[in-house]
Amino acid sequence: MLRYALKRLLSLILSLAVASLVIFLVVEVAPGDPASFMLGVNAQADTVAALKAELGLDQSKTARYLSWVAGMLGGDFGTSYTYRTPVAGMIADRMWVSLPLAFYALTLSTLIAFPAGIYAAARRGKAGDMAVMGATQLGVAVPNFWFAMMLVLIFAINLRWFGAGGFPGWEAGIWAGLHALTLPAIALALPQAAILTRVMRSALLDILDEDFMRTARAKGLTRRQALWRHGVRNALIPVLTIIGLQFSFLLAGAIIIEQVFYLPGLGRLVFQAISARDLIVVESVVMLLVFAVITVNFLVDLAYALVDPRLRSRA
Amino acid sequence: MTLLDVTRLSLKIGCYPVLKDVSFHIEPGEIVAVTGESGSGKSMTALAVMQLLPEQAEAKGYITLDGTQLLDQSEAQMCALRGQSIGMVFQEPMTALNPVKTIGAQVMETILIHKAMPRGQAEARAREVLERVGLPEDRFPLSRYPHELSGGQRQRVVIAMAIALRPKLLIADEPTTALDVTTQAQILELLKDLVQDTGMGLLIITHDLAVVADLADRIVVMRHGEVVETGGTRQLLRNMRHPYTRMLFAASSHRVALPEPPAPAPLLEVRNAVRDYKTPRKSLFAKPGRFRAVKDVSFTLNRGERLGLVGESGCGKSTLTRAILGLEPLQGGEILLGGEVVTTHLKPAVRRKLQVVFQDPYGSFNPRHRVERLITEPFHMLPDPPVGAARRDLIAETLTAVGLKPEDAGKYIHQFSGGQRQRIAIARALITRPELIIFDEAVSALDVSVRARILDLLAELCAAYSLTYLFISHDLSVVRTITDRCLVMRQGEIVEQGETEEVFSNPQHPYTRQLIAAAPVLPDLDQGAA
Repeated sequence: MLRYALKRLLSLILSLAVASLVIFLVVEVAPGDPASFMLGVNAQADTVAALKAELGLDQSKTARYLSWVAGMLGGDFGTSYTYRTPVAGMIADRMWVSLPLAFYALTLSTLIAFPAGIYAAARRGKAGDMAVMGATQLGVAVPNFWFAMMLVLIFAINLRWFGAGGFPGWEAGIWAGLHALTLPAIALALPQAAILTRVMRSALLDILDEDFMRTARAKGLTRRQALWRHGVRNALIPVLTIIGLQFSFLLAGAIIIEQVFYLPGLGRLVFQAISARDLIVVESVVMLLVFAVITVNFLVDLAYALVDPRLRSRA
Repeated sequence: MTLLDVTRLSLKIGCYPVLKDVSFHIEPGEIVAVTGESGSGKSMTALAVMQLLPEQAEAKGYITLDGTQLLDQSEAQMCALRGQSIGMVFQEPMTALNPVKTIGAQVMETILIHKAMPRGQAEARAREVLERVGLPEDRFPLSRYPHELSGGQRQRVVIAMAIALRPKLLIADEPTTALDVTTQAQILELLKDLVQDTGMGLLIITHDLAVVADLADRIVVMRHGEVVETGGTRQLLRNMRHPYTRMLFAASSHRVALPEPPAPAPLLEVRNAVRDYKTPRKSLFAKPGRFRAVKDVSFTLNRGERLGLVGESGCGKSTLTRAILGLEPLQGGEILLGGEVVTTHLKPAVRRKLQVVFQDPYGSFNPRHRVERLITEPFHMLPDPPVGAARRDLIAETLTAVGLKPEDAGKYIHQFSGGQRQRIAIARALITRPELIIFDEAVSALDVSVRARILDLLAELCAAYSLTYLFISHDLSVVRTITDRCLVMRQGEIVEQGETEEVFSNPQHPYTRQLIAAAPVLPDLDQGAA
């Protein structure tokens, strides 16, 4: 198991190194010079050159890559071209919104999807299964911003249980923070839960046809006992894969929901940075997201090994 | 008192009748074998006793276990009986165990689910019962996972699970069909011992009549959901009343007469063939390991000769076959076909000398094509494939040669039975008149009566077309009748080769002797007494 974990860790580090190089090159070759963009079209050539020197843009690509990576390792992500503040601080502020939101949404979607998927699989072809499948069809089809607007309409405007948007900051207390994130988390979670329910159901249905489920019944287990003791854990592998993918998506893909609820999250930061050619912010946020995705994949790999002994011994 | 009494059991799935008035009984300590060909309803009979039938199934009649009418039991009552009073062992040991739970946990589950004893005692019992089935604690601790065991060992775990609570009745549905002969012999021995020790009744479902004759006290022969004949093994073998029973036993020991092979002239020469597989790397920077599947194998197959290749699973026979077909490269030695070297980039001129017939008559055809197109697939290798009337005539001739009708060319594959599909596979192999045909377990998936007819067909084709073939099989009795010479393969090496009859009647290598001893054989049936 330890050996397996170390191998996965090594592959995590290699992936990060390659990813940083790719991100740097892609962002560098993108058209648009940040210095002339910041100074406007009428700027003097020597002013632009001076700003370039100040931003470190006149150095060679290799030197800039190395100093960027070295800075990141030391927690220094550089200074934003547009805001002239440290990128690390900007990202950290946004992370405190995006990361809890992603976890909140993922928890909700898992809490919905597991019971719903297991329920549907246990009642394959019956009314309960069809109802769940119909609901997930709707959940997949309807975009999350529509859910978001409906939630605002019902719970914020009519019932007044939640605010319609904005984030008070964690200084206002954990409950105030969670309260503000509840509607966005639900809006994000519903479509994800719909997908996860379907994956859980089909994975479980595949398992139900396995020979060992029949063996379990021959031992005297009831249908339900066989499903819980032998089915669910075996069905977890595809489900974990999807959960990993969903977390990465929720972290950066919440931009529309952040917009609807007026949340200062990572999605909005990246959107603004791209429009302003604030390369250093874009690079850093993208790198951070890549880091998050790769780390989540690493954790998912470890979870696979916990679930399935065959993966442990293959390493 | 009778242990299990099945009386006038009828079963319908939807509106299809599956079982009709099935009656038989088992006494304590008795081994009863239910046998028959596929679709005879033998497995459904077993599942009916367990009440583990498909959802739409509707059973009528009486199944009485020790005085309890099973068809009247509620699902909850049945759950209490399953595992406690009736244990069951299934065909496929590779998939019958939950891959994510240890064998100890799975054996203990049988005990704990019935609340038969506290956890500590259950663990001791699991140990004891695994020891009893031949998996001692020191080599097979309870913490082992199924993937760490071989097929035979897994089947032992399944048996341990089934007998953990000392049930009165054990049902074994084709328990050894997926296993090698030597493993099969051990598992059958174990089952026999268990019956003797514990006095439980054993209901064994199998299509293998040699196993039946070897093991059972009484035989129930089924066909199309009905019992055609039942009786004590010895009496039944001596005096078969029903023609179907006679046909079944005759087909199982069916022999064919092959024409004499012509004078030896080499067609296929395998010289010191070596095939290595890479095994997964131990660490990221280590060299990948190597597994030598074929070790320095040499043999010659002459024109017009029928050569057999026998061995147990994992012995390298499939690997060797793929190398001969040019599907995999060799790491040493060479294979010559008609003097030309076989490589993975075969020239069409060499490639068309070779054809192959595989085991699975269902999976080896594209269901969207008509037979005409399926059997003419090899034409693409010919420099000038026949067209128009010549093509039609060749299709008609080939279909006739394999015992089908020329009109069958317009049908789709799902319109044929398993045996007919295998005939079509042979037609496909035959149509380009290849110099060598490889039969890879080509009759292993067929029922005995169908198998007998396919073997007859091969013998006829040998006479008509002077076929040269390599016949690969784990079934010794088939190889014995359908080949002139045979090779015995073990762990990548040919341990013995010679005239088939000589190898079987006077085996030289200990492994060959072990194989032949392990294979169950039908006793000589004196049909004259019937």
